[in-house]
Amino acid sequence: MSWARRLLGVDRRIIFIFIGLGTAVPLLLPVNLPITVTPRVEAAYQTIDTLPEGSRVLISMDYEPDTMAELQPMSIAIMRHCFRKNLKVIGMTLYPAGPGLVEPAMRIAAEAEGKTRNVDYVFLGYKSGFQTVMIGLGESLRQQYPVDFYRTPLDSIPVLRGVDSYAQIDLVVNLTASSAADYWIQFAATRYRKKLVLGATAVMATDYYPYLSSRQLLGLVGGMKGAAEYEKRMDLFGDARRGMDAQSLVHVIIAILVILGNVALLAMQRSGEGGGPAGPLGGPR
Amino acid sequence: MYLGPVLVTFAVGAALIALFFIPHHQAQVVNAEILEWATVVYAFALILGSISLWNTHARKVRNRIEGWPFSLVTMATLVTVTGLGVVQGTGEGTVVYAIYQSVNAPLASTMFALLAFFIASAAFRAFRARNLEATLLLVTAVLMMIGRVSIGEFLWPGFPAFTEWLLDVPNLAAKRAIAIGVGLGAVSTGLKIILGIERSYLGRSN
Amino acid sequence: MIDVQTWIAAFLTLCVFSFLYRDNPFYRFAEHLFVGAAAGYLLATQYQNVIRPNVIGPLTSGTADAQGILLTLLPAMLGILLLLRVHPRLVGPARWALAFYVGVYSGIAVTGYLQAQVLAQIADTVKPFGEGWKAVDSALILVGLLTVLAYFFFSAPHTGVHGAGARVGIWFLMVAFGASFGYTVMARVSLLIARVQFLLRDWLHWIPGGVS
Repeated sequence: MSWARRLLGVDRRIIFIFIGLGTAVPLLLPVNLPITVTPRVEAAYQTIDTLPEGSRVLISMDYEPDTMAELQPMSIAIMRHCFRKNLKVIGMTLYPAGPGLVEPAMRIAAEAEGKTRNVDYVFLGYKSGFQTVMIGLGESLRQQYPVDFYRTPLDSIPVLRGVDSYAQIDLVVNLTASSAADYWIQFAATRYRKKLVLGATAVMATDYYPYLSSRQLLGLVGGMKGAAEYEKRMDLFGDARRGMDAQSLVHVIIAILVILGNVALLAMQRSGEGGGPAGPLGGPR
Repeated sequence: MYLGPVLVTFAVGAALIALFFIPHHQAQVVNAEILEWATVVYAFALILGSISLWNTHARKVRNRIEGWPFSLVTMATLVTVTGLGVVQGTGEGTVVYAIYQSVNAPLASTMFALLAFFIASAAFRAFRARNLEATLLLVTAVLMMIGRVSIGEFLWPGFPAFTEWLLDVPNLAAKRAIAIGVGLGAVSTGLKIILGIERSYLGRSN
Repeated sequence: MIDVQTWIAAFLTLCVFSFLYRDNPFYRFAEHLFVGAAAGYLLATQYQNVIRPNVIGPLTSGTADAQGILLTLLPAMLGILLLLRVHPRLVGPARWALAFYVGVYSGIAVTGYLQAQVLAQIADTVKPFGEGWKAVDSALILVGLLTVLAYFFFSAPHTGVHGAGARVGIWFLMVAFGASFGYTVMARVSLLIARVQFLLRDWLHWIPGGVS
C-alpha cells in the first residue's frame, strides 16, 4: 500500500486529536494574534456610534444555545456599546429557548456599563412567530407584548414611555442564527424603512452581502470573528477575541488537511491506484 | 376537497395582501389582530409538536423497543421541566433557569461543536479538486479559511481586503441571484396556496 | 454558574464529546436528556410568554369587555382545534386552524418577498455603475447575476449563448459556495472553541475568564 493510500485511510480519530489540540493549545498558551476590524463590522459599529444619546434601539436576539458561541459575545459587546452611548435598549427574542441566554446577556452588559433595568433597558421576553411579531410591531408593541419578561405591564416601564411601534424606534439590531434575518429585512428594513444592523452566525454571513449593497442592512457582524472585531473596536477583551488564536490554528490545520488530501489523491492517480479514499466518507471508525 | 379550509386560507391570505396596501389606521389594527391570532396559534402548534414527541417515546417504552430506557429519560425530563416551568416560571432564580444553564445550554452547544471534528474529517477525505468548478470552490474556501482570520493577515497584509472583495463581488452576485430566485419562488408558492391551487398542506382526504 | 451546575455541565459536555470515540450509552443518555429538557423548556416558555399573557391574562384580568374576550377566545379556539390533530379521527377540525395559519403566512410571504427580495434586489442591480474600479465591480456583479440566473433557467436547454452564460454562472456560484464553506468551517470551529473554553476556564480554571 502506498503512502498516499495509507494517508487517506488514516483513522478519523487521529484527525479529531489534531483538531482538539489545535483548539486547546492556543487557549492555554495565547499569543494574541492581531485582529483587523473589517469594513462591514466597522459600518455596524458606526451605525450605533453615531446615534444621538437617548435613541431607542430594538435588539432582537433570535438564537439558542447551539449558536451561543458566536452570538452571545456579539450580543454583550453590542449592548455594551449601546449602553456606553447612553442609548435605550429594548431587548427581545423570537426563539423559545432564547430567554435563558438573552436575560443574562442583558444583565451582564448593563452591569458592566452601570445601567438599570426598566430605566435604561427592558427585556420583553419571547414571542412566537417571526413574521407576525415583526409586522405586529409596526402597529402595536403592547398588543404583541402585554407584559415584559418579568410580568411588568409595559405602561409602567419608564424606558417604554411613548414607545409602541417602529415609529418610535431609531435602530433595529437583529442577532440571529436563522431566517429571522430575512424577515427583519423584509419587514423592519423594507416595509417600515427602519435602519437595520445584522449580527449573524458565520454560516449565514455570506448570504447577506446583497442586502448590504442595497442598504437594507447598514452593517454586518459575522460569527465569532465578527464578534471579536466588535470587541476590539470597543476595546474589550472578551470570549470572542480570546478564541481567535485557536480559530486561526484550526483553520490552518483544516487547510493543510485539504491540501494533503488532494496531494495524496494526485499521487494515487499518478501511480494508477485510483482516486477513492480507503474508507467511506468518514473513514474507518 | 376541503372547500371550507381552502376558503379560510384564501380569505386570510387575500386580506393580508390587501391590508399591506391600505395604510389607514383601522386597517392596520385589523392586520395586527390577525397577526396576534397567528402568534397564539403558533404557540399551540409547538405544544402539538411536544405531544407528538411524548407519543413517539411512549410508544418506544410500551413496545420495549431497543433503547427504551433512554426514552424514559426524555419523558421524565419533559414532564419535570414543563411542570416546573409552568408553575415557577423560567427566569433567573428558578429551577428551570438552573436546568437550562447546566443541561440545555451545554448539551445543545456541544452537539453542534462536534461538527467541527466532522467537517475537518470530511474536508480531508472528500474535498477534491476534480475539475475546474470544484477547484474554484476549494480554492475560495481555503482562501476564506486563511484570509478571514488573524493568521491570514500575518501571512499577507492584503488578505482581508482580497477576501472582502470576493464576498462583495462574485459572492454578492451569486447570492443575489439566489435571493431573487427564492423570492420569486416564495411569491408564486404563496399565491398558489391562497388561490387554492396548492392544497397539499391540508393532507390527504379521509 | 455555581459549582454543582458547572460540574453537571462539564459531565454532560464530556458525554457528548465521547461520541467522537464511538457511539456509547453516555452519549445516548445525554442526547435523550437534551431532547426532553429542550422540549420542556420550549413548552414552559410558550406558556409563560404567549399563552399566559395573550390568552389567560385577558380572560382572567376582569378588565376585558365582551369584544376583547371574543377576540381572545377565537385564536385560543383555533389553537385547541390544532391540538385535536393528535387524535387521528380529529384531523378534520384541525385543518381549519392549519388553513388559517397557512393563509396568514402565505399572505405575508407574497408582499414580503416581492418587496424586499425581488424588487429591492433588482433595483440595486439596475443602477448606474460607480467610478473607477467600482465600475468594474458593478459590471462583474451584473454579469454574475445574469449568468447565475441563466444557469437557474431550466425552461430552455443550456446550449449556445445560454449554455455559455450558464457555465460562467456556475463559476460565480462555486466562488460563492466556496465562501460559504469557508465561513461554515469558521462557524463550527467557533462552537468548539467555546466548549473548550468552558472546560478549561469555567470547569478546570486553567485559563482566565470574563470580559475585560
